[in-house]
Amino acid sequence: MTNQDEHKEGIGGMINPRRYGIERVAYLLMRLSGLGLLAYFIAHIYETSSILKGQVGWNEFLELTQTNAGHAILAIVIGMCVFHTVNGIRVMLGQGGVGVGKPARPDYPYPPASQNIRHKMGIYSAITLAAIAMMYGLAIMFGE
Amino acid sequence: MRESIIMKIHYGTALAAVALVAVHILMRLTQGFAESLEYDSVIANYKFLPYAGMLEIILILLSIHGFNGLRVILLELKQGKTYEKAVSYGCIAAMITLIVYGSRTIIMVNTGMT
Amino acid sequence: MAQTSSLADENSSTPLSSQQSIILRIARFNPEHDSAKKFMEFNIPYEKWTTVLEAILEVKKHLDHSVAVRYSCRQATCGSCGMIINGKPRLACFTKISELNSNIITVEPMNNFPIIRDLAVKFERLFDTHHKIKPYIIRDDTEITPNTKEFLQSPEELEKYIQFSNCIKCGLCNSACPTMATDSSFVGPQALAQAYRYVADSRDKGKDDRLKIIDDSHGIWRCHFAGSCSQVCPKGVDPAMGIQLLRGYMLGFRS
Repeated sequence: MTNQDEHKEGIGGMINPRRYGIERVAYLLMRLSGLGLLAYFIAHIYETSSILKGQVGWNEFLELTQTNAGHAILAIVIGMCVFHTVNGIRVMLGQGGVGVGKPARPDYPYPPASQNIRHKMGIYSAITLAAIAMMYGLAIMFGE
Repeated sequence: MRESIIMKIHYGTALAAVALVAVHILMRLTQGFAESLEYDSVIANYKFLPYAGMLEIILILLSIHGFNGLRVILLELKQGKTYEKAVSYGCIAAMITLIVYGSRTIIMVNTGMT
Repeated sequence: MAQTSSLADENSSTPLSSQQSIILRIARFNPEHDSAKKFMEFNIPYEKWTTVLEAILEVKKHLDHSVAVRYSCRQATCGSCGMIINGKPRLACFTKISELNSNIITVEPMNNFPIIRDLAVKFERLFDTHHKIKPYIIRDDTEITPNTKEFLQSPEELEKYIQFSNCIKCGLCNSACPTMATDSSFVGPQALAQAYRYVADSRDKGKDDRLKIIDDSHGIWRCHFAGSCSQVCPKGVDPAMGIQLLRGYMLGFRS
């Protein structure tokens, strides 16, 4: 997939979040959470179809998912879902030109107006809300 | 279909799904999480037509949003006419398969065909 | 491969009496006979004001004149000396060694550009994508048509696009972009920012033409607002802002 002739960084460049600030980290987390949620969605549609097997089939499915491991996975899914949603709304607004600053004559040291505190706070809020949602989910699932 | 139309659908499905998925999750929490997952409780949810309709809509919205997202990631990883066509049609096929499979569950339970 | 640390005894126009020195690791690769890149290390003295380009030219002058590097203005105007310096795309003439806070400086050719040799890369793709978005004023008439003999533009209208016209085509944004890392067909942040520069120019009437060009499966929609392009731009162009403002036209946020 990485063509040496074109000297592309390849997937390593896409997934390396280290060099460019929190916005690049958010881009990576958005991709990972999206793929994770898609995998969970497909699994969820499949596992809930076990209701067609009647009470026995449904209880078999519950035995599989209502375990410590199942709850831990669900907590991760909750975190991914909240992050993907909140960051997605931030990205949608940003991609519409909201909160990216106004064009102006640049002056040294040329700070990029689009990488501003509003979007950074949006990202940190998404991460914080995801963590809170995960903790709430764990409290509900393990509290019963 | 123009890419701008596809992406508007992507954003639209996302916003609509947020609201409906929130309702779906709240249903688990208002009853008590473990109780809401009991067989009779779940059957009652499916039999309630507005709720079954909402699940159907969530299924369609999230299938479109999810598989379009996957299509975008795969298109960025590799390029070429054949590959891009295969990815696009593959994602559409996967989307339709998932919608049909999920709809089967919803319709059969709702109409009592379990 | 470590080189001898002392400089050759010869008349030098720049007296180098500094006690401080760094190890400069330069990526060497000749596609004609090398299978992979290798690094050569050089011990270079530096002052507080020494730039990475000056260090590379010291290597060329005294230690290994075969290092291939592109440079010209030495003042961040021409955009020739873009390279990866300690993992991030930067202009070598605009990056002081002292600001890198490291004893080891690693310079490599820019990512996502084919390598000619060592630090010099090919710019054909950047020129092609730039050309694709029609980087010129599009309109049916000319300046001769109105009585004013020029297309009048207020300072407010100028302010709307002037920052995007600062682009020096250095390619750092294309090198930093995560989509460019894997997508060979992506237009790139440089071209998209320039598309906005012309769309936002009140003299231009080619907005619909350009929007049609970038409304593609490898056009503006493959930008995900990672913002790395703006993080590395040395001229304050902020391509990410231009791209999102341009997308606002397509999403209906702006008319």
